[in-house]
Amino acid sequence: MVQSLDYLKETASQTAGPYVHIGLIPKQAGFDIFENNFTNILADENTRGERIIVEGRVIDGTGTPLRDALLEIWQANADGRYNHELDRQKSGKVDEGFRGWGRTGTDFDTAVYRFETIKPGVVSGRNNRDMAPHINFWIVARGINIGLNTRMYFADEADKNANDPVLNLIEQHERRKTLIASLDDSGPLPVYRFDIVLQGENETVFFDV
Amino acid sequence: MEFYQRDRTLQPAGYTPIYKTSVARSPRQSLLSLQGSLSEVTGPVFGQNELGPLDNDLIRNYAKDGDPIGERIIVHGRVLDENNRPVPNTLVEFWQANAGGRYRHKKDTYLAPIDPNFGGCGRALTDENGYYFFRTIKPGPYPWRNYVNSWRPAHIHFSVFGSGFAQRLITQMYFEGDPLIKECPIVHVIPDEDAINRLIAPIDLNGSVPLDTIAYKFDIVLRGRRSTLFENRLEGN
Repeated sequence: MVQSLDYLKETASQTAGPYVHIGLIPKQAGFDIFENNFTNILADENTRGERIIVEGRVIDGTGTPLRDALLEIWQANADGRYNHELDRQKSGKVDEGFRGWGRTGTDFDTAVYRFETIKPGVVSGRNNRDMAPHINFWIVARGINIGLNTRMYFADEADKNANDPVLNLIEQHERRKTLIASLDDSGPLPVYRFDIVLQGENETVFFDV
Repeated sequence: MEFYQRDRTLQPAGYTPIYKTSVARSPRQSLLSLQGSLSEVTGPVFGQNELGPLDNDLIRNYAKDGDPIGERIIVHGRVLDENNRPVPNTLVEFWQANAGGRYRHKKDTYLAPIDPNFGGCGRALTDENGYYFFRTIKPGPYPWRNYVNSWRPAHIHFSVFGSGFAQRLITQMYFEGDPLIKECPIVHVIPDEDAINRLIAPIDLNGSVPLDTIAYKFDIVLRGRRSTLFENRLEGN
């Protein structure tokens, strides 16, 4: 006999279900209950950095966009700093008014999600290798048993993307492009389009983080 | 500090045909294993000042002209990590159907009535010991379209953050003694019987308010962080 390891076991995940909006974005469910609501707008007037729009759809294995998905994003600020005590990078500084997190649902009619944020900077990765600017995504919905993690990179950062240590982990080069949002700069703000494909052709790379 | 590898033997797979909706919504390719970087070990921080005084009281937070119909309950417990350490100051959100099994949601068309005094959602921050609590009414079971005669056991949905984005978790709490638990396809996407049992909250008479409200205790465990980091630096200078 040996001593027993006394670790606890992680609680099992369950689907967020069709009514996730009630709990996390009640206004989309159709009612108003909280004084302070979490939203898809990450930046305020004091946030440093380039204002951008991120939008797209979440598409299932039949090619149908989900109208009931919930997405959260987590990102660094324009200096590449996360607003968190474990970010001890020496370069850049934290933006006190910028949490770096937002949530939204895909629209019940258009199936499009949208975030208003700023473009993040380069974050130092493992073993001193810089990570190209990216936004971390977490997707839950009815039919998704455990939240899906992925990253969005920026099409106009081709050189940094080419050296990104995470993109380079993806063995099939063809699949790397599933994480790169296209840029439409024809409007007042740059719009990055990032469709997430849950299954099948052009399936997005998801991470076991 | 990075997190322990997630034990996928305790977690549902994406593709679980007994839960039909998962079939078209689950990746077919393997998840790409990623060692933690700053992007995974950090996560959003929330403050008590962002919450309202009634946010953890579902009996009162949407009451218009009286209390909602249903069994008055308290749900309380701790958010811990795999190292058995409390997760303090973390946001816990919860949502549920009313006593008749109907959600206040524009897409829920079940014939049970909406309760005019019940919203069905709330939130709390854990205290320094990882403790949270809220008051609500016990939700009812309801039918759903999986098989033609599928019924969800009574449940409360939970969303928990932890201190790093890789700990992010959504789950459901079930109630001790509910005979529908053993029938439910959504419950049984979890491949481990003990892991299922850990989602079932026991009645906790000690936590109850005598002659007023009965309590259920529900602890949630998030992934633990490594405490030693001799190599593999997460970040440069």
